[in-house]
Amino acid sequence: MTTSAETPTAAVQLKSRHLLGIDGLDADEITLILDTAEAMKEIGGRAIKKVPTLRGRTVVNLFFEPSTRTRTSFEIAEKRLSADTLSVATATSSVTKGESLLDTVRNLEAMSPDMIVMRHASSGAPHLLARTCRSTIINAGDGMHEHPTQALLDAFTIREHKQRLAGLKVAIVGDLMHSRVLRSNIALLNIMGAHVWACAPATLMPSHIDEFGVRATTSVDEAVDGADVVMMLRIQHERMHGHYIPSLREYFTMFGLTPERMRRAAPDAIVMHPGPMNRGVEIDSAVADGPFSVILEQVSNGVAVRMAVLYLLSGRDSVDVLDVH
Amino acid sequence: MPLVMDADRMSRALTRISHEILERNRGLDEIALVGIRTRGVPLARRISRSLHEINGDDVPTGALDITLYRDDLMRHPVGPQPLVRRTEIPFSIDDRKILLVDDVLYTGRTIRAALDALIDFGRPLAIQLVVLVDRGHRELPIKADYVGKNLPTSLKQSVQVRLQEIDGTDEVLIEGEA
Repeated sequence: MTTSAETPTAAVQLKSRHLLGIDGLDADEITLILDTAEAMKEIGGRAIKKVPTLRGRTVVNLFFEPSTRTRTSFEIAEKRLSADTLSVATATSSVTKGESLLDTVRNLEAMSPDMIVMRHASSGAPHLLARTCRSTIINAGDGMHEHPTQALLDAFTIREHKQRLAGLKVAIVGDLMHSRVLRSNIALLNIMGAHVWACAPATLMPSHIDEFGVRATTSVDEAVDGADVVMMLRIQHERMHGHYIPSLREYFTMFGLTPERMRRAAPDAIVMHPGPMNRGVEIDSAVADGPFSVILEQVSNGVAVRMAVLYLLSGRDSVDVLDVH
Repeated sequence: MPLVMDADRMSRALTRISHEILERNRGLDEIALVGIRTRGVPLARRISRSLHEINGDDVPTGALDITLYRDDLMRHPVGPQPLVRRTEIPFSIDDRKILLVDDVLYTGRTIRAALDALIDFGRPLAIQLVVLVDRGHRELPIKADYVGKNLPTSLKQSVQVRLQEIDGTDEVLIEGEA
């Protein structure tokens, strides 16, 4: 604004007006989001934690699955950017009266929101909306498919501690089969050049895991050995329609992250968990609350990362409805 | 491209501004400098050094990014968003006189955004404005307190400030027809 030549726009920009997954982003776009999140993080430390950037924009949070962390985090991010936000709890909405997803969203769209943040139990639900909606769609978790903002906040947290992502050994341990966090994290970490190890009981290992470009193992000790980052995933009882593990106690004995197991990791390793944690199932309390743990930092960083995503996507609306990418 | 200020003149202008700051404020106890990103930041640091050389006082210095406060942010329906960079004000601005520093004063809209941003950090005793170049054409009722050089320009021209810390050279150029 000072000189006509100086309006510093990013050399890189997001190509899509939606954030449906990590799949579709490239390394430059991921770096742009993480760099922008660094600037956003500072706002959370101010006395007045609010900037006027999204004034007059309306964001609808549409959660078809229970969520505390992600929904709260998006809401705080939206409010810190001064957007008007509302959350639709589907348990009390017309969804319970049999309305279809598309009809619910079309009705919301008739009230002209600018962005819809959506969580849904079906993989691909946000992609369906993105093809038919005027609003920008942000995927806050779709079934067992993707949870892009979680992977971005994980990457942000790793980068804060390690100053890089490339070349790091990242062990992801837990219920991999049902995990969208795993899929988004693998996609992101592969793009950024980290070495991902996936560890789960054979019954909870996704089929064709090799095609994800990761090293798969059923040995926690092997996965954790020399790891810079150990990411524990939750046992997802609600998505298990069968007998995958003999018992929770047995699971903890074989796969739980204990202080003893952490000794194999790099001396400056960090322990992450996207929450909600099952203490004594996938992670020992001594580790969850221990010196390596960055679990609560992940939660704080989630707000900054979501502010960055909301900001970057808000410059990219009003384009062709069929433009998915 | 006509050169309107070289390294030598820039250095003298900043030294003069430092003396004026001392003259107007009688002591530096309650003063802090805040540079507007990008080029206001190195300018603020230079003034801070210059004040230290003259008076021996260390004046706290911060950096302000005004991107999220711009009045033209959401006016472009399609296009890349401006890059947001980190604001770093590692001191309380409450009850301090803040010297806001920028390279070029033009429409005044950057300064309007900067004032809004600053107020979110606290309640300063006063805010004064320092600019290296005032090129005129204000669109808002804003006026600088300390000016390195008044530079009459036409709307078609653009003023380029280059600084050692960012561009590898100290100079001010004016581009385009008068």
